Amino acid sequence: MKKSPIFINVGERTNVTGSAKFKKLILNGDFSEALDVARQQVEAGAQIIDVNMDEAMLDSEQAMVTFLNLIASEPDISRVPVMIDSSKWSVIEAGLKCVQGKAVVNSISMKEGKEAFIHHATLIKNYGAAAVVMAFDEQGQADTLERKVDICTKSYEILVNEVGFPPEDIIFDPNVFAVATGIEEHNGYGVDFIEATRQIKESLPYVHVSGGVSNVSFSFRGNNPVREAMHSVFLYHAIQAGMDMGIVNAGLITVYSEIDPELRERVEDVIQNRRDDATDRLLEIADQFKGEKGVQLTEDLSWREGSVEERLSHSLVKGITTYIEEDTEEARLKTDQALEVIEGPLMDGMNVVGDLFGSGQMFLPQVVKSARVMKQSVAYLLPFIEAEKAKSGGISTKGKILMATVKGDVHDIGKNIVGVVLQCNNYEIVDLGVMVSYEKILKAARQENVDIIGLSGLITPSLEEMSQVATEMQRQEFDIPVMIGGATTSKIHTAVKIAPNYSHPVIHVLDASRAVGVASNLLSENLKADYVAGIANEYQEMRDRHARGKKKKDRITIGECRDNGYPIDWANYMPPKPSFLGVKSFDDYDLGKLVDRIDWTPFFRTWELAGTYPKILKDEVVGEIASNLFADAEAMLKTIQDEKWLTARASIGFWPAQAVGDDVALYSDESRTQIMETIPFLRQQIRKREGSYNMCLADYIAPESSGVADYMGGFVVTAGIGIEEKLKEFQAKFDDFNDILLKSLADRLAEAFAEHMHEMVRKEYWGYAAQENLTNQEMIRERYDGIRPAPGYPACPDHTTKPDLFRLLDGGNRAGVTLTDSMAMLPAASVSGYYFSHPKSQYFGIGKIGEDQLEDYARRRGMDLKDVKRWLASNIA
Amino acid sequence: MNKSLKDALNNRILVLDGAMGTMIQRHKLGETDYRGERFHDWPQDVKGNNDLLTLTQPDIIKDIHRQYYAAGADLVETNTFNSTRVSQADYGMEELAYELNREGARIARDVADEFTAKEPNKPRFVIGTLGPTSRTASLSPDVNNPAFRNVTFDELVENYTEATKGLIDGGADIIMIETIFDTLNAKAAIFAVNKIFSDMGVELPIMISGTITDASGRTLSGQTAEAFWYSVRHAKPLSIGFNCALGAKELRQHVVSVSKIADCSVSAHPNAGLPNEMGEYDESPAEMATHLKEWGASGLLNIVGGCCGTEPDHITAIAEAVKGLKPRAIPETDRHMRLSGLEPFEVIQQ
Repeated sequence: MKKSPIFINVGERTNVTGSAKFKKLILNGDFSEALDVARQQVEAGAQIIDVNMDEAMLDSEQAMVTFLNLIASEPDISRVPVMIDSSKWSVIEAGLKCVQGKAVVNSISMKEGKEAFIHHATLIKNYGAAAVVMAFDEQGQADTLERKVDICTKSYEILVNEVGFPPEDIIFDPNVFAVATGIEEHNGYGVDFIEATRQIKESLPYVHVSGGVSNVSFSFRGNNPVREAMHSVFLYHAIQAGMDMGIVNAGLITVYSEIDPELRERVEDVIQNRRDDATDRLLEIADQFKGEKGVQLTEDLSWREGSVEERLSHSLVKGITTYIEEDTEEARLKTDQALEVIEGPLMDGMNVVGDLFGSGQMFLPQVVKSARVMKQSVAYLLPFIEAEKAKSGGISTKGKILMATVKGDVHDIGKNIVGVVLQCNNYEIVDLGVMVSYEKILKAARQENVDIIGLSGLITPSLEEMSQVATEMQRQEFDIPVMIGGATTSKIHTAVKIAPNYSHPVIHVLDASRAVGVASNLLSENLKADYVAGIANEYQEMRDRHARGKKKKDRITIGECRDNGYPIDWANYMPPKPSFLGVKSFDDYDLGKLVDRIDWTPFFRTWELAGTYPKILKDEVVGEIASNLFADAEAMLKTIQDEKWLTARASIGFWPAQAVGDDVALYSDESRTQIMETIPFLRQQIRKREGSYNMCLADYIAPESSGVADYMGGFVVTAGIGIEEKLKEFQAKFDDFNDILLKSLADRLAEAFAEHMHEMVRKEYWGYAAQENLTNQEMIRERYDGIRPAPGYPACPDHTTKPDLFRLLDGGNRAGVTLTDSMAMLPAASVSGYYFSHPKSQYFGIGKIGEDQLEDYARRRGMDLKDVKRWLASNIA
Repeated sequence: MNKSLKDALNNRILVLDGAMGTMIQRHKLGETDYRGERFHDWPQDVKGNNDLLTLTQPDIIKDIHRQYYAAGADLVETNTFNSTRVSQADYGMEELAYELNREGARIARDVADEFTAKEPNKPRFVIGTLGPTSRTASLSPDVNNPAFRNVTFDELVENYTEATKGLIDGGADIIMIETIFDTLNAKAAIFAVNKIFSDMGVELPIMISGTITDASGRTLSGQTAEAFWYSVRHAKPLSIGFNCALGAKELRQHVVSVSKIADCSVSAHPNAGLPNEMGEYDESPAEMATHLKEWGASGLLNIVGGCCGTEPDHITAIAEAVKGLKPRAIPETDRHMRLSGLEPFEVIQQ
């Protein structure tokens, strides 16, 4: 009778190296639930169950014995054979002494030479078990067809002829390796395995062939549909060739005939190595098949078989924290001093990360995850290093960089990202945190003897603070370079406003990916002089150009500008009246309502991933990274809601309002007799083309003289209440990734809250657009009437009007948001602004303004011209 | 393997002896009889330690062997069922384990040689018996702690190694691991036997005989007949089979199961029926022989005998019943990987 091909699926969930859940249960000693895992596996049809207890934190032999003994008492589990899986012979042997049935050992090989191989095989024969035999010898794992067949043949001869091992109890594993990795030599790995299987089955009677199928698709991690297709195609051929056993996640297999024909064709090309461009052609279409949802990845754990150095490097590059402590411990035990682990394998691994990031093969979210691994490993080693300190001289790094968000500013996502990236590249970071005064920065710089100072800031007043730091460095005769970064910073601002204050290098760093290049140039003995001279020339040219442009720029007087203000026919317009006047607050706003309103594009920009959402998820270059990041973000958003990490609060208000010149007067009631607050606005001052206007926000409010009763609103919303507590937890765990992720999500939630609140205002609280029905995308594109400009931003760049707005809204009490010296909001994940309802209102930028308007504005504000200039530095020509 | 044993197995169904305990009971021995001269001041009671009689009443044991050979048995089992350290610990006689085995084999050897000398055309063989011990390696005696074991594989290996060495030194022709209710104990025995063979440079045939405890059709440790066979098959035994616990009628189906798949001889030595309300086995020699004759005629058997409750009369009847019947032909089996848990799992080749 001809038997049809069969394939035996080995259950893999009772494997601590393969299942995080099982590992946790075993580490916690929760054996009864661990037995449930085994039971479910058998109930689900596993024909053999693989039991693996290779975990550094475990007494693996004891755990193997206990678990197998317990299984023996559970007839519904122990009815199937066990695969005793360990890289340690002692664990295998302990396991063999516990099973009454005929088990399978996984695995033995000639890795340690023929003698050990014969010894192990003889014992297995006497214990009465079958064995997986890896195609592995003293030279290493067999990667080519010849080596696979050669080692298996040699193993077979030894086993059958010298040991007397029953050939039918031999299961060869000729090593499945990843294909389509982009490395040409790997293209043949699929064919080599399949062909080796065929030759082994033909020439070595009675043996079986097994393999870890999911390895083959390793390079398509994150794209399960493609992986499933690769597994199916691979198995289809491997089974035809004689593969009859394997550890396969049943969830990661699809039916061969149901694979999309185009995908199957290209996967076939890859697996069978049918054409040179097979990998590229599969990559071309791979993203089309990618699931929308972030599907749970099945861990491929073949990398766990490498050396501890390889494993550490893998963990770092892949950002895997699961094994970092055990691997760190293993590496530590191999060295004389814990420090050597950092200077050796960890630094080597981070150099790989740095290189990949530098060459654009890794992206920021991955690098941040790598840094988390690094930090956890270092944290583990720290106590040992402390203990060894007497002997050791400290870690040698490429340099020491002080990082700080300047006084008055609370934004540190960007600074932290730069810090992480620099750490990944072996720079030591002294992070002073946020709101750091120049005194503190310079004191720390001296104490710590740093090589570079990095200054960061998000809001415009921080630019002025940075100039202050530079000025002070000059006075105190510092000579170390300064790096400038942050959302409002720019090369031109740095060149024109900051660098001239300090006679040593002050260099603008556009984003985290440039930070390493700048730092390494600045600290390189060979390159520094040329680099600094080059930057100095470039900045001088920029300053010259700027000075010339200043002269040519056609600015008109503030009087002329007011005459060219935005024209609204007030006689024919009736401003809508808000549903209430005064202030309304929201104490604990439903986060669920905000999640749908999130504008994701800026989120990806924060992580330095370029592209618009949702297209970015399918982007050829960053699509996979973006998708993974998006999945992480969605998961965290869910936890934020479920576990109430964050509380959203808001305060909004509407007041009777009339424009008075470029000011808007807000009245305490409809009698419009008592002015509560006067909000001064600035006006564009550049000469406009015919038909264009010199805009000012006050133009959108009916002037007192029109006799039309108008209104203006204000708001402050936050999604950052409670964030500090959580951030502290992450920081304690050296978890930069989640730290940055939470901050960036809180920022998005705050923006979403502002967006959502604006919608509620339009539809309900002001109520002028009750019929509005827009999608989130339309809303992001601002397809609605009315605007909500924020003080400190282009249409009203003066941050100092914020205290007035907060007073009106009682923002501190009602929303829990306060202001720093530099008018940054605390918590940082907050948004505040004004509401204008006029349908013609739109966002614009004030741009550069003239001395005449500055003087006028200072008068209106009742402020010193000097102070006004400092706050409006960015708007001064 | 002993050529005459091989020839005998090829030519006919070989007959095993019957119960040892039943025969000893007939002598109604008391504490003093058990102690004999040598152990008169032994600090513990030893009555019931039947294996001790090999040393204290060797003539009684020799006589029992003699009666079975005379009844037609080709093979008798040594009086060593409990001659392991673990089992002898009940009497504080661990140190006697080796001696009990060696002497047990030696006296049976004497009797066998005596009969072979008389009837050279019907050579008699001595089976050195390894019993199950009083402990189980894959079952916990503590219901509250299922992971607990009161004996380890390694301890069993030590026990069986010592016992096997005694049996070999005493002159056994065959080693039989019998009345197996926990397969893991049997695997330890196999491991020990192979080890001592290799150490001593001898290789005797191994017989393996399990016990299906009750109507569940499983061993005490839960395996089916097939799974049991797959678990011990690496011993490459002379025979596989079952004994004890059941009468011929109840045991038949399980013998059928292994008979189909075992690529070695098949043995069976059932009890004389199931125990009656008095706890006695009362199946008559004729009744038992009728069953076993049918088994033989159906080609299920290579070796047959009796266990609890069987006496020389039963063996005479059985020997008579299977006389002239063709022994079971050993089937050709495919070379498949055969694994097992409690149930068998055969990996069929493409």
